[in-house]
Amino acid sequence: MKTLTTKLFATAGLGITLLLGGCEMPPPESTQWGYRGTGMEGVYYPSTLDELAANNIMPEALPAVPAGGPKSKDVYQNVQVLGDLSVGEFTRLMAAITEWVSPEEGCNYCHVAGEGFAADTLYTKKVARVMIQMTQNANQNWNQHVGGAGVTCYTCHRGKNVPEYVWNINPGHTVAGGMKNQMQNVASVAAGLSSLPIDPFTPYLLDARNGRHAGTTALRDEGGVSLKESEWGYSLMMHFSSALGVNCTYCHNSRAFSRWEESSPQRVTAWHGIRMVREMNNEYVDPTTDWLPPHRLGKLGDAQKVNCETCHQGAYKPLLGANMIKDYPNLARLAQAEPEAPAEDASEDMPETMEMGGMTTGGYQ
Amino acid sequence: MMEYQNIFTTVQVTAPDYPGVPVEDTLDERTGVLKHSYLMGKLGDAQIGPIYLGPLGVAALFSGTIAFVIIGLNMFASVNWDLSEFVRQLFWLALEPPGPQYGLSFPPLNDGGWWLIAGAFLTLSIMLWWWRTFALANNYGMGNHIAWAFAAAIWLYLVLGFIRPVLMGSWSEAVPFGIFPHLDWTAAFSLRYGNLFYNPFHMWSIFFLYGSAVLFAMHGATILATSRYGADREIDQITDRGTAAERGALFWRWTMGFNASMESIHKWAWWFGVLTCVTGGIGILLTGTVVENWYLWGIKHGLVPTYPMIGETVVDPLLTEGAQ
Repeated sequence: MKTLTTKLFATAGLGITLLLGGCEMPPPESTQWGYRGTGMEGVYYPSTLDELAANNIMPEALPAVPAGGPKSKDVYQNVQVLGDLSVGEFTRLMAAITEWVSPEEGCNYCHVAGEGFAADTLYTKKVARVMIQMTQNANQNWNQHVGGAGVTCYTCHRGKNVPEYVWNINPGHTVAGGMKNQMQNVASVAAGLSSLPIDPFTPYLLDARNGRHAGTTALRDEGGVSLKESEWGYSLMMHFSSALGVNCTYCHNSRAFSRWEESSPQRVTAWHGIRMVREMNNEYVDPTTDWLPPHRLGKLGDAQKVNCETCHQGAYKPLLGANMIKDYPNLARLAQAEPEAPAEDASEDMPETMEMGGMTTGGYQ
Repeated sequence: MMEYQNIFTTVQVTAPDYPGVPVEDTLDERTGVLKHSYLMGKLGDAQIGPIYLGPLGVAALFSGTIAFVIIGLNMFASVNWDLSEFVRQLFWLALEPPGPQYGLSFPPLNDGGWWLIAGAFLTLSIMLWWWRTFALANNYGMGNHIAWAFAAAIWLYLVLGFIRPVLMGSWSEAVPFGIFPHLDWTAAFSLRYGNLFYNPFHMWSIFFLYGSAVLFAMHGATILATSRYGADREIDQITDRGTAAERGALFWRWTMGFNASMESIHKWAWWFGVLTCVTGGIGILLTGTVVENWYLWGIKHGLVPTYPMIGETVVDPLLTEGAQ
């Protein structure tokens, strides 16, 4: 009897360990943001919050420089986007971008040593130009999504050449010859490891597929969408949830997911976010495809694109809502793009090796 | 202490193999190795076999195996015949019904056609097995309670996979064959049709489902608790109430003022089980065919409580921003 008891307890112990192995350590903390009884609350585990805070520390802003002085377009050549900045501001921004995007490679990530700053030899420089415009556009025209905090290169890049969380059009997993790939019913990384569709990004964040699938009338609506549509929208919502580290009730009242009247204001922010990301992918990311090297392209030859996680990285607001744009006002609005000028001999030859410090403390400040 | 807290049978009778009495000359057709298992005896009867399959049983198993193999091969093919992926992703894999573009037509085999064929064989298998429960009960001189209870479950199955899709005019409304995929389908179904919780028949179904659990626990506990007074002879005690029936009845009467009888508790159990499926099937059948959005239907009929909203009023941005 004693051995049986021991065995039972050992089995039960092992079972509980296996069952709860993937769970967070209790107790959780919860925050209520809807009327009582609606379950509109967030549940957080202190240990994961600490980790989140550690992963979302904003870098120190570079020292500000006076706005006056000669404009960069008058001093440098082939400055198409940031020409109206003073030379000092321009140099400061270049230094900041280097710190945000290529801290290890330095200036050489975009500029070829010995060739001069003006040349557009490297694809990285051309991409950077488009990304600066994309950032400015987000800050100027998408206030309803990024308002308050704004975005900079660092919001997504976090010191990496390519942001950690990007996506490509998913060609689907390999299926046997003659089979049709249903694009679902395998563990979907995009949809929180559910069996939901594996690529909700292409239809909703690149194409403008209608994400509204819930019935809009009490009684039968002949024009209602197919039940299968719901699984695609549901998949995108799973991405939202994991990208922001929130549950459904951050935006929705779960008794009526589709009803705006029952939703939280965050849902409106997210609605604008879908359209902002769609514009980023179509207007800014997609056009770079032609001059990207093969290793920057997906299996179907498309550029790496933006979704919620690209900026949010598990936080309800990127960098937990820290305001970065106040330190870099030049990224806050679209600059007037100058017509492209052929790069002539650069007036300032780049030294063979450059250091970031050399730019920030250079003679233009 | 342990003997009251574990689910295993404490008393095992060791008896010689017993093939059973001849009924309608089926004794010879009973097959299967007669043996006794101590471990099975912990859960039920220690004797395993014999079994009578008969033509209906063989046909049902054959048809069910075809469905099972079609589903399995489609899942296997969906990971390119990769055995390790098949095992790793097994719970995620599915045989998906056709897309909405096919309506009720017969789609290409690789785009829902196999789903229809597997469904047809599975349905045939279930029907044959139902017929078998009906016929065997007749043969053995029993009532047909088991067959009709099984029919209630088949009703729910047919509504989900056949009747409702036909009324909706599209096979795409049906459930996929797959472990996680059918669960995701269930959640998507409620999202698409505006929250099943406001569906009164869904409410009934939940009432009977949870009620079944409560009744089962109450009845099991009552019989176990009074077995020392002879509750194991509970059917005898319907007409010849002994100490066990009296004690059990008095316990519930003095606890909550009312008690079931040794007969009625079994009728309750049967009806609760059956009505779980019957009401659930009606609820699914009305969804999409009659009611488009159960939440909006609930508002229309005063079913939905109003909550004060906290913070700013949210308006559909499509209405304020124009179509973007």
